[in-house]
Amino acid sequence: MATIDIHPQTSAHHHDDHAHEHEHHGNFWTNYVFSEDHKVIAKQFLITGMVWALIGGILSVMFRLQLGFPDADLSWLKPVLGGWITPEGKIDPEFYLALVTMHGTIMVFFVLTAGLSGTFSNFLIPLQIGARDMASGFMNMLSYWFFFLSSVIMFVSLFLSTGPASGGWVIYPPLSALPQAMQGSGLGMTLWLVAMAIFIASSLLGSINYISTVINLRTKGMSFTRMPLTIWAFFFTAIIGILSFPVLFAAALLLIFDRSFGTSFYLSDIYIGGEALPNQGGSPILFQHLFWFLGHPEVYIVLLPALGITSEIIATNSRKPIFGYKAMVGSMLFIAILSFVVWAHHMFVTGMNPFLGSIFTLLTLIIAVPSAVKIFNYVTTLWKGNIRFTSAMLFSIGLVSYFLTGGITGLFLGNSAVDIQLHDTYFVVAHFHLVMGSASFFGMLAGVYHWFPKMFGRMMDERLGYIHFWLTFIGVYLVFFPMHYIGIAGFPRRYYSWTNFETFSGFADLNMLVSVAAILTLCAQFIFLFNFIYSIFRGKVAPANPWNATTLEWTTPRHPGHGNWPGEIPTVYRWPYDYSKPGAKEDFIPQHIPYSETQESNLPHENELIKLELNNDSIVVENKDQKH
Amino acid sequence: MDKVTAGDFRIIEEPQKPLAMEPRKFGMWLFMGSVLMLFAALTSAYIVREAEGNWVYFEMPGLFTISTVVILVSSITMQWAYWSAKKDNLENVKIMVTLTAVLGISFLVLQWQGWVQLVANKIYFVGNPSGSFLYVLTGVHGLHIISAIVFLLIVMVATYRYKVHSKSLVSIEMCTTYWHFLGGLWLYLFVFLLLYR
Repeated sequence: MATIDIHPQTSAHHHDDHAHEHEHHGNFWTNYVFSEDHKVIAKQFLITGMVWALIGGILSVMFRLQLGFPDADLSWLKPVLGGWITPEGKIDPEFYLALVTMHGTIMVFFVLTAGLSGTFSNFLIPLQIGARDMASGFMNMLSYWFFFLSSVIMFVSLFLSTGPASGGWVIYPPLSALPQAMQGSGLGMTLWLVAMAIFIASSLLGSINYISTVINLRTKGMSFTRMPLTIWAFFFTAIIGILSFPVLFAAALLLIFDRSFGTSFYLSDIYIGGEALPNQGGSPILFQHLFWFLGHPEVYIVLLPALGITSEIIATNSRKPIFGYKAMVGSMLFIAILSFVVWAHHMFVTGMNPFLGSIFTLLTLIIAVPSAVKIFNYVTTLWKGNIRFTSAMLFSIGLVSYFLTGGITGLFLGNSAVDIQLHDTYFVVAHFHLVMGSASFFGMLAGVYHWFPKMFGRMMDERLGYIHFWLTFIGVYLVFFPMHYIGIAGFPRRYYSWTNFETFSGFADLNMLVSVAAILTLCAQFIFLFNFIYSIFRGKVAPANPWNATTLEWTTPRHPGHGNWPGEIPTVYRWPYDYSKPGAKEDFIPQHIPYSETQESNLPHENELIKLELNNDSIVVENKDQKH
Repeated sequence: MDKVTAGDFRIIEEPQKPLAMEPRKFGMWLFMGSVLMLFAALTSAYIVREAEGNWVYFEMPGLFTISTVVILVSSITMQWAYWSAKKDNLENVKIMVTLTAVLGISFLVLQWQGWVQLVANKIYFVGNPSGSFLYVLTGVHGLHIISAIVFLLIVMVATYRYKVHSKSLVSIEMCTTYWHFLGGLWLYLFVFLLLYR
């Protein structure tokens, strides 16, 4: 709050002009730990996110072992899980719930929100819009360290003797509000809430920075219509974050009061062991409204950056301008707006008024329109392109595939009538894991492969990238496609075992297949991990512009210092998608090349712009003098 | 070359200085946006919950009216301080900033006394949500007022060191904006609580 302004005397434009003159020679702590350089902070987010992804993935494999092989003896896990393995060699049922909860929390918030947005917004916004750094480097650093603190608290909660939070990642009260309800609702839940409150602070600090950087610190010539789609995506994501995370904070705040101070916001008429609790007058549905008002936009906080990243990668590697730039921006804006008015589709079975349900159905189904526009534009960008199948490109195309397969099932679930049958079954699990989980994860991986040369100055190994892609792509489909059938058959999610029901005995083999595929997919990620770490130190040295891309980050030196450009910040003269322009010498024209240098490929209206370019400097200086 | 009209310059020139706003000031507005969302969430939760019935109705503490007047007056003094700084009337800035801080602290004291009145009225934090909501709304608002007072104290120290003047206005300007925002927020909450009692 008060941190926003404490150095009133330095203006950002001063920083712009002089940052490169005094190179920052800090010590180890200021350069790599408490750094205010957006590139270092991005790497910190990336590496923390990768550690979390690994933990989240391992947790999922643990509960898949239980689901796929309910009769197996898991006592070999005792060294890791200790008391959570029962004497019969089974995973403790309450710990199973903790595993599911923590897998969801970690993946949604720590990997796909902080890991994805934190990494790429931080890394790409200043580099692609031509800024020396974020609007406030200090807030940016604070954002990472809040995230780190939140990570530590969440991590510690995994090792509590009563286990971490276990009420599902949505932490619905009264289950989460009453420590008597289950072990995980004790200290584990308290730590969950504390960690998330800090996480929200971190996310808000980040988002405020992203928005004010995009709006205020663009380089000369970088108008909104010349911004790469990545920047548009990060921009919308940050706006959604600023508007929705405070609502989660409100929900969590009231839950904290209910848990620790005895208020009754969410609690009413509860009997435990025949004894009535004193709480009267609360409403658990209220929590769901508040939670999903964040929860649904959160889906797009996770997805939009991935869509932005892949738009960029697909255009670059198809060697074609992105199809429908304005339609892409417009559909992202439309998705962002719609994300705030569809939250109750998560609550169709809470006894909602059917009329209200039909309104939310309608609004939900409208999201299919901008989503379809995006898929169409992806495909038409690829159409007749000069496609280069780099690892990043493969993962981007993988995202398009998942976005489509997962998105289609959203049409089923968005219908309030159909949802009554499908609600809380594995159909839902399959839907959101494909459309937001895997798609965003692929976007993140694509981004890492694509911008690795800029981050570390070296190339990742392409062959290992291909192996990683195919194993993961097929693995993910093998994991989640069968779940549609399991879900239609009525298997409820979050259940420890189905052996009590004769109906559910039929799908044991399918569940086994899912579990085997999940284990293989996790193993495939170690190929990536190896490739990542090996390439940082031993990878091929990256050329300045390895993908022949047009955006500004490739005009920086191989190892950009704090301030990004050693000299002046390049001026932008054109949009970022001048690929394979007819008549051009090469199949790409970077954004900083003026039209006067590309006479052979200019369109008539672009020739008109040349005279403005020639006059540009003198006139701008003149105007400046007049103004001040 | 000479025939280029002023309209054409704008095409190139505009993006150079996209918004004549200091990034930190802009960040302040975004922060206020998120605070607004927090209170929007709490007050809509209030409405939703009230509509479900089982709601205890009670009188609002009379002191809240006085505190509303106090916070409004403090907005005037804050604005006065800003104008004085703009005119380099530095002695006046000191007086007005100090006065604002005193008024801000008395607002908090009044809010506290309002709570004491509530407790005397047998409306406790723990009990029917109607009372709990009142405590949460006023409490969370009070926390933000504390943050604003901290900010104001930082500005106050700067004014006593003559670091706030017509050439260095960003900090006092941001502080003024934030102060007005929280005053307006309280006015909203006050009217809201009067309407939905």
